[in-house]
Amino acid sequence: MDVLDQLVTQVQALSGSDQDVAHLYTVLKQADELLHSHATRLGYCLTALNPVKHSLGYLYLLEAHTAGSMSREQSETFLGLASTFLNSCAPEQIRLAADKFNNICRRLKEQAMHLHDPMRAILPLQAAIRKLQPSSEFLTAIHADFLQMCLLSKCYKASLSVLEDDIFEIDQKRTALVPRDFLLYCYYGGMVYIGLKKFSKALEFFQHAITAPTTSLNAITIAAFRKYVLVSLIQNGQVPPFPKYTPAVVLRNLKSCVQDYLDLANLYATRNIADVKRCITTHEDVFKSDNNLGLAKQVIASLYKRNIQRLTQTYLTLSLQDIADTVQLDGQKEAELHILQMIKDGDIFAAINQKDGMVSFQEDPEQYNTCEMTQRLNNEIHHIVRLAKKLTWVDEQVSCDHAYLSKIGRDRPRYEPEDFELVPQKMYTNL
Amino acid sequence: MAMDGSENHVRGATGTTPEQIDVENYASLYTGHTKIARLHFIADHANSRNLELEALRMSLDEIKKGDNTMLFKECVEKINGRLGPGYGLDQEWIDTVERRAAQRQEKLEMELNGYKTNLIKESIRMGYNDLGDFHYARGDLQQAFKCYVRTRDYCTTSKHIIAMCLNVILVSIELGHFVHVSNYVSKADQTPDVQDPVVLAKLKCAAGLAHLESKKYKLAARKFVDSNFELGSNYSDVIAPQDVATYGGLCALASFDRAELKSKVIDNINFRNFLELVPEVRELIHDFYASRYASCLGYLQKLKPSLLLDIHLYDHVETLYEQIRHKALIQYTNPFISVDLNTMASAFKTSVAGLEKELAALITENQIQARIDSHNKILYARHADQRNTTFQRVLQTGSDFQRETRAMLLRANLMRQDFVMKGGRKQS
Repeated sequence: MDVLDQLVTQVQALSGSDQDVAHLYTVLKQADELLHSHATRLGYCLTALNPVKHSLGYLYLLEAHTAGSMSREQSETFLGLASTFLNSCAPEQIRLAADKFNNICRRLKEQAMHLHDPMRAILPLQAAIRKLQPSSEFLTAIHADFLQMCLLSKCYKASLSVLEDDIFEIDQKRTALVPRDFLLYCYYGGMVYIGLKKFSKALEFFQHAITAPTTSLNAITIAAFRKYVLVSLIQNGQVPPFPKYTPAVVLRNLKSCVQDYLDLANLYATRNIADVKRCITTHEDVFKSDNNLGLAKQVIASLYKRNIQRLTQTYLTLSLQDIADTVQLDGQKEAELHILQMIKDGDIFAAINQKDGMVSFQEDPEQYNTCEMTQRLNNEIHHIVRLAKKLTWVDEQVSCDHAYLSKIGRDRPRYEPEDFELVPQKMYTNL
Repeated sequence: MAMDGSENHVRGATGTTPEQIDVENYASLYTGHTKIARLHFIADHANSRNLELEALRMSLDEIKKGDNTMLFKECVEKINGRLGPGYGLDQEWIDTVERRAAQRQEKLEMELNGYKTNLIKESIRMGYNDLGDFHYARGDLQQAFKCYVRTRDYCTTSKHIIAMCLNVILVSIELGHFVHVSNYVSKADQTPDVQDPVVLAKLKCAAGLAHLESKKYKLAARKFVDSNFELGSNYSDVIAPQDVATYGGLCALASFDRAELKSKVIDNINFRNFLELVPEVRELIHDFYASRYASCLGYLQKLKPSLLLDIHLYDHVETLYEQIRHKALIQYTNPFISVDLNTMASAFKTSVAGLEKELAALITENQIQARIDSHNKILYARHADQRNTTFQRVLQTGSDFQRETRAMLLRANLMRQDFVMKGGRKQS
């Protein structure tokens, strides 16, 4: 009997109980080299296996089978096989070999890109994430690939189902994750949110990438910071200082890598449109090569908006001409267009009187007394309560942590003399 | 006199000298080095030739009374023969003074060496002091400073310490080292039992100058208004009582709030004496307090040219004026719910458009809580809706908290897993 046939039989036999699967895992680990040497012949073996029942074996065989380079046709077949497998495999089996599983996913991504059809990888990868994750709070190496596919195919909304889960758990053992995956997840996540124009979420993701622990400055951090600067300007009009837990190496070296961007931020602070525009034109090549020119243009638009918003703080009524002059727009017509757009977007509250060319600014009509507002507040409160519970739980975990306790114990003498003093005695002496 | 010379008053293009300042009167307030320094300052910054020559003439007369030959040469160079033969380079005078000075220096240094070998503390102090005085008179301020500072080790009584401090302060002010000034003022302040009101007033004035120089106008104002009037003309080698009134008054206007202005300036019997010396400043402070802004600003405008010729205030006039004007604008709008910009503009003697710009700047800096109705030219006070702002703040704080907590939890896990991006491999 052929070695491969033997292996297939073993897989079929040992895919039942947990113990069997664990045993199968060791068998397959040993057979890995063998599988790779017979890669071409594995195709027919795969047909003998059921991806749902024999997930672990199927995973190993598929991984070995597709290790080499593929022709166009082969890619197509692989995409088909992999998609079915990722959608239907048994989670508890594949979690044993997370690294192999990640390989399959990565290869799926590569082949989809190779075929210039990234959209095909989105759903299988999304399924794969769910299969590998012990819970939705875990990050996997597939996250970054999944987001990349969504970005490439511009299906930003599709990524939300994954992005909106808060990630807390990082577990190298269970998900075969490396730090690079985390950085890429943050970077791509930020970019997706830029695509969706949810800038505050984007900032949160980029900030994770910038403050992630590191011992050397890397390209992902720098790219994330470039976008962070631009998005901060669009969203808040200024770049906040680094949080105090930012790694020292980032603090020291990052600024010198992104001087053009910081120049822009400084000019933005002066609120002078002409200067900002000039800065962007002179550094156009830099922004273009960093793929940030579009964002840079949004920075200009945001400055117009911000300057008009400042006027609403100062004036009750102002003529369109005056607005155009102070905000440096070309003429009344353009000022009117800008203001109309802003009123439509809910950025300002105003009414234009076309007869005498006056704009009257109003206060925010939100009175915080509607049902929706109550609902929103309620939701926020629920979120916070959930978060607070999580926090307490983590706190308990830490206070039971062996390493933590032994460190604390060393710093403090175990018993203070006062601990032995009895309270009633104190009361008597005071009398 | 040169002032009434055939050359008629050719005013500068800016026309900032509606009344020529009376140099002679001004100079008579001061003695010693500051008189010369102030006259030179006027000569350098004057915008009419008559004024410049008049100042130079008086300063040369003053220099001739002392021993500073360097300054003499410099001054003669500046005059450049424009004042006739009486104000040329008097080589004979220079030679005599320099010879005398060399002898005196030798004598003083010998004496000092003698004292040092005998280790008589008091004599060494006196020796250094004399040498310091000598260098000061000759205009070698660095040397004078060193000698005065050295006397410090030989001071035995608090009187000596005060004398040392005052000498050092005097030299430092002339050198423009105002850090030393505040240092030695605080040293003198720490010295026990100093009761002499004149000394105290001198120290206050010196501290005030130091604060003024470092743009801490509020602190400067406090020092000046606290100076005792017994100062009189005792400190005329640094500051005249008129200056105390002007410096103190302007700094106070620019930095004090209404209550402080009332209690520390207007109701201050002691400072009132100073103000009597400069009626313009007194009037403008009262006008400001009584909200008569037009006349207050008028006084300020009248004072400006002479203030710009003041050696200490020169740099700060613009800033102080701007702050005073802002204060006035804020104070004017404060009690109203709505203000007609036309009325306000006439009160401040300015155009409506200009006033609108000024107000807009103050509103964006959040100094005035109001909004401008540019169409009807009315300023409306704005009252923040507490309830709405509270709601906004609550939502903001909530989302901030959530974001920060999530970041913290994630970070804690990254650290626990020792999930550190490591470099090391060099990438080509």
